Amino acid sequence: MGSAIQNRILIGLEIHTQLTSLKTKLFCSCSSDYRGKDPNMLVCPVCFGIPGALPVLNKKAVEFAVMAAIALNCKISKRMFFFRKNYYYPDMPKNFQISQYDRAGGVPLAVDGFLHIDVKRKRKKIRISRVHLEEDPGRLVHLGPIDQSPYTLVDYNRAGIALLEVVTDPDLNSPKEARIFLQKLRSILEHLEIFDGGLEGAMRCDANISIAGGTRVEVKNISSFKEVERALSFEIMRQKDLVEKGLAVERETRHWDETRRITLTLRTKEEEHDYRYFPELDLVPIVITNDFIEGVKDQMPELPEARIQRFITTYNIPQYNAEVLVSDKALADFFERCVKLYNKPKEIGNWMMSDLLRYLYENNLELPESKITPEHLVEMIRLIDDGVISGKIGKKVLPEIILTGRLPMQIIEEEGLVKVTSRETLEKIVDRVFAENPKAVEDALTDEKTVHFLVGQLMKETKGKADPQLANQIIRERLEIIKAKGRP
Amino acid sequence: MKRRHLSKKEVEHIAWLAHIELSKEEKELFIEQFNDILDYFKKIDKVDTEEVQPTYHVLDLMNVYREDKASPSLPIEEALKNAPKKEKKFLKAPRIV
Ligand SMILES: [Zn+2]
Repeated sequence: MGSAIQNRILIGLEIHTQLTSLKTKLFCSCSSDYRGKDPNMLVCPVCFGIPGALPVLNKKAVEFAVMAAIALNCKISKRMFFFRKNYYYPDMPKNFQISQYDRAGGVPLAVDGFLHIDVKRKRKKIRISRVHLEEDPGRLVHLGPIDQSPYTLVDYNRAGIALLEVVTDPDLNSPKEARIFLQKLRSILEHLEIFDGGLEGAMRCDANISIAGGTRVEVKNISSFKEVERALSFEIMRQKDLVEKGLAVERETRHWDETRRITLTLRTKEEEHDYRYFPELDLVPIVITNDFIEGVKDQMPELPEARIQRFITTYNIPQYNAEVLVSDKALADFFERCVKLYNKPKEIGNWMMSDLLRYLYENNLELPESKITPEHLVEMIRLIDDGVISGKIGKKVLPEIILTGRLPMQIIEEEGLVKVTSRETLEKIVDRVFAENPKAVEDALTDEKTVHFLVGQLMKETKGKADPQLANQIIRERLEIIKAKGRP
Repeated sequence: MKRRHLSKKEVEHIAWLAHIELSKEEKELFIEQFNDILDYFKKIDKVDTEEVQPTYHVLDLMNVYREDKASPSLPIEEALKNAPKKEKKFLKAPRIV
């Protein structure tokens, strides 16, 4: 077997995304604003499945899900049903989850879609086998790692929140591709304004992974798109190690432990997947007409692909920059707000692409988690353009702006970073530099490189604040004088 | 004697899935009852349904929706009233794995 085949990795994702723009749960009027709330204060008889309580479907949830299905190029079902997925697990108080099913006559909301992702500048089609609506289970709190916790605490505030489930075919071939796919999905759902990926736990996924010579393993509990690459890489390494040792990869479900960064086997009998699905007769069938679909289409905001094109043509920025900015809706919005304040898209794009993004990436921050606003960035670029500070100082103060949210002018004044443009001041410093480096001054008379060295020394003396053009000019003037004097 | 559709093992499995413990006598009773029910369904199997669309719901209703407007949930004392074990405002359940 060739190594290319041996290394063949197949990954399929099952992504669960909360429709965070909804104000209520999927089947009851409990508020969906559960984050930061005391446990079990957003529950009602429908949440608990108390006999006599009837679930009623949230219309907006169907509109949002149809919108997502259109954006994911899916075929939308004309008629759909809900099913009960039966299981005993403390995360669902009813002992079943209302979901959708694609067997036993069940029809999910949408099927047969796809998304293109760009991997190493190549387009790749990732098939989406189905998209459906279901309830989020409650939140389980373990004391320490899941396999060592003496008991489990349960909070049902999250139980019944609307989840969009998106299932891909095993078309992803690396952990990185999985991350790119999730990022793209997130950006699309955020552009549709049905989802905010910045909210903790709003996008979670399970993954099926197999390598050549192994078998399919399911990894559950990947809690964010930041985690997906790490979890998949660990699992692939574990499987490769087994195959190399000639051991069998067992077909099983594993649990990603975020703290220890390993996958653990979950050998419970629940794995038998005997969910005994049957139609949820408390809910009536849903008919999705063409009029309904057209109505949703009319409300659809601009999608990422269109936005990328608009960025290229309207702002005249490189395609790559447009793609990176639009890959995260918060970044793209930030960019456009900046351009509105100061019509210099190229400069704004460059600052964002280089210094801003690098800082965020290195500190594992998302833009909304930082303190910088478009007003900050624009003020800083203006200060450079007006000659108040140098670009170098700009690079220096940016991290401080991001971290503290202080205004650029304030930082510059307090730390004395204003550009030194006074000829008199710079001449004095040049005198000092020349006095301290007599050998260099001599060399500089004939050697251009040493001139740069002297300019460098002057910049050092002024901690980068000297106006570079003026500094250069003064040093060259001085050298000319020495040259003239030196001649008999 | 009636033909058996469901074995003892299957009945035990269904009981396990439902978290119900059955005595030896109860198992026998349930095997009997399950098979009676399945025999009854056999009659339905005999009906020719070739041209009939499946029925998912007996009510002639569809698209029953609710607006996305929040209303108050249960007070916490009420919500936790039936919980056998509690800790602060959480319900307490046995360890899972
Ligand atoms: Zn509720």
